[in-house]
Amino acid sequence: MRDVAVIGVGLNEKWGEIWEKSLRDLYTEAALNAIDDAGVDHIDSLYVGCMTSGLFVSQEHLGSLMADYLGQNPVPATRVESACASGGVAFRQGYLEVASGASDIVLVGGVEKMTDVSGDEATFALSAAADMEYECYQGITFPGLYALVARAHMHRYGTTPMQLAHVAVKNHKNGSLNPVAQYGFEITPQGVLDSVMVADPLHILDCSPITDGAAAAVLCPLDLAKKLSKKPPVKVLASAQATSTIALHSRKDMTWFDSTAVAAEKAYKAAGKGPKDLHVVELHDCFTIAEIVVLEALGLVERGKGGTTAESGMTALGGKIPVNTSGGLKSKGHPVGATGVAQIVEVTRQLRGESGPRQVKGAKVGLTQNMGGTGGSCVIHILEAA
Amino acid sequence: MANPAKYWREIPQRYRLEAAKCQSCGEIFFPPRLICSRCKSRKFEKIKLSDQGKILTYTVIRTGPSQFADQTPYAVGVVEMDGGGMITSQIADCEFDQLAVGQRVRVEFRRLQKQGPAGILCYGYKCVPA
Amino acid sequence: MVGIVGWGSCIPRNRIKVEEIAKVWGADANNYKRGLGLEEKSVPTPDQDTISLSVEASKRALRRAGINPLDIGAVYVGSESHPYAVKPTGTVLAEAIGATPEVHTASFEFACKAGTEAMFVCLCEVESGRIKYGLAVGADTSQGAPGDALEYSTAAGAAAFLFGKEKVVAEVNETYAYMTDTPDFWRREYEHYPRHAGRFTGEPSYFKHVLGATKGILERAKKTPKDFTYVVFHQPNGKFPVNAAKALGFTKEQYETGLLVPKLGNTYSGSSPIGLTAILDVAKPGDKVLMVSYGSGAGSDAFIYTVTDEIRGVQDKAEKTRKMLDENKRYIDYGTYAKYRGKILKAE
Repeated sequence: MRDVAVIGVGLNEKWGEIWEKSLRDLYTEAALNAIDDAGVDHIDSLYVGCMTSGLFVSQEHLGSLMADYLGQNPVPATRVESACASGGVAFRQGYLEVASGASDIVLVGGVEKMTDVSGDEATFALSAAADMEYECYQGITFPGLYALVARAHMHRYGTTPMQLAHVAVKNHKNGSLNPVAQYGFEITPQGVLDSVMVADPLHILDCSPITDGAAAAVLCPLDLAKKLSKKPPVKVLASAQATSTIALHSRKDMTWFDSTAVAAEKAYKAAGKGPKDLHVVELHDCFTIAEIVVLEALGLVERGKGGTTAESGMTALGGKIPVNTSGGLKSKGHPVGATGVAQIVEVTRQLRGESGPRQVKGAKVGLTQNMGGTGGSCVIHILEAA
Repeated sequence: MANPAKYWREIPQRYRLEAAKCQSCGEIFFPPRLICSRCKSRKFEKIKLSDQGKILTYTVIRTGPSQFADQTPYAVGVVEMDGGGMITSQIADCEFDQLAVGQRVRVEFRRLQKQGPAGILCYGYKCVPA
Repeated sequence: MVGIVGWGSCIPRNRIKVEEIAKVWGADANNYKRGLGLEEKSVPTPDQDTISLSVEASKRALRRAGINPLDIGAVYVGSESHPYAVKPTGTVLAEAIGATPEVHTASFEFACKAGTEAMFVCLCEVESGRIKYGLAVGADTSQGAPGDALEYSTAAGAAAFLFGKEKVVAEVNETYAYMTDTPDFWRREYEHYPRHAGRFTGEPSYFKHVLGATKGILERAKKTPKDFTYVVFHQPNGKFPVNAAKALGFTKEQYETGLLVPKLGNTYSGSSPIGLTAILDVAKPGDKVLMVSYGSGAGSDAFIYTVTDEIRGVQDKAEKTRKMLDENKRYIDYGTYAKYRGKILKAE
């Protein structure tokens, strides 16, 4: 397999409730930004990561739609779905297509348009990432599922609601420096605890929002990168993916994300790196508790001690290992299918030194972790400044 | 309107907790499966989960889907049934401040959902403090 | 010998007091409490309906009877609040208890005596030999019109009885029916709440049929009131059954065990059946029990049971009615009650 590089990245202008832009507008805008950033004049293939355009905007066949709207017919175009990991898995598919030699220039975009339906319908659409017949039928909601994980983690390790709140505060601090962020403002720990309770112990400020947005990246073989692009290429050191059970109740341990742990092990091995070698991490903080458990599963903190990470400043912008410098899903927003690709965008810019006030000094190696449902799927990439 | 078939085919599980036990390694699956995820055997014994169990983790849903608006807030938990099998279930008829990991519960038959004012009624299991 | 082989009941745990209802409508609570002889009633949660209560009551009956549900040949549920107008309550009930597919079912309706009609039919089917066991249920989650006198008493509950010929715990000695066309209380198709004829529901309705059925069965069985340990009448409020008992010559000791309405309310098709379960929970071998139901429209079903030795060891196999009534209660306010009972006009 060939070495692969990211040579272009882009987002649409702003993430949030973007009333004037449709799903196809958002994807096209982000894709064109990435293509311009790459400086390429054509692509060989494209991927669309999107969880459920069907339930949100009643549109399927996104491959054809996006290839058409990008003026790229007749290139092959593939829709990828893995719930909230749709973007990350799409990126992996694009990576594999280049690594295998099947294509040279591949565009990967992720998009979700979530505000064309009512809040109720959006909640229902998101719940399709869980076990519809044996979890959702029973009345559990997505925050409810993560609340079950939080309760189990609190019971076993003594993690506190205040520790959860610090994760949200840290991510909002970073997000306040990100002009694209949906909620780019700072919040306080007590503000989190005082916000309305959604599912004990998770408050509304422990939960990522409903967002419209898109992100895109352009991939090519590493040895073509310098020829094609003026920007410093970022090498994909590792791409790993794993699954776990669809339902939380099918797992022996509800305080752990096995798919993350398995994918992380595979990724570290393939990259020849370990947790200590990482300079920046973008992970899937759909809920504050998710960041806490993921950090443990990535081996960045001892098992059970995830609650101490934000509280102690370990994962702050100037901390030992900055996590979610973009603001994370919490502050930046979580347009489901776009998130995984946006993580690649953030880390790529960090490794190129383009992150401005959010820059992690000397960042050379970064990791992205994107997760679907309650960890039913996980995809991890390790990137390195080439 | 969803075809009632989607609801009807889960009735043995929702009404009677019918499950499957792998004949090779004893792993219990609810709902039943075609292949054991532990040992890959394809032979199962038909069993029923016990109607008694204990709470492994729980939460109280305070912002729920509109179909449960009349019952919000309500508790939900993962319950381990005696003898094996884990289910996600509402915990009804309980005082929230008395919910605890390890609490004993038993299963009761309840109406889970209504498909609108004219659609079918959907029944199933909830747990209540034992 | 043919009779009851297992019984069980299900009472929701929420209660609302007369005071709480009276407050909203500006009525005199004490007046209602005295006049109706009741203090509070049961309220079902939005996830409890006639089907779900029937299932729980039936499971208790099965635990006491100790039979294989596949041996049940018929399942009849009597109610005036069947969740479906077309699709019998018994289809879901039979499926839930594992009695399908070789089983008859139909929904019975006769106001508050639909449950005892179901009991009579099960008894006859078993007696004829065509079925081995029959399951009869009286259950309701009826609605009382807001601000109407009936709102104070309309409650929810279910009682289930398995009839058979083996290990009978309460033998049926005699039955009797007394029925006429008497329009005291009715509900037209598509109407949400029933209507009633005020004072006409008393003497020419409840009392005529309850007394008529009682006198009829006593004559047929050649018995007198003092032959009975227990008597249970249909109990729409705390006054009617007590007055009926007095008029017929029954004592407080005989009717008090089965008189649940002061704390339960009127469970309609569950009324005298749930009262019977409370009696069976504590009855001793040899006890004679008289049960007389009443359903508006109107009619009364009467049964005479003799408790057998088989009742020992079976009473404790499931939760007892009085315990369900007195313990684990949760009081709610009128707003919660209105929400649970779907009386609040919502946006569609």
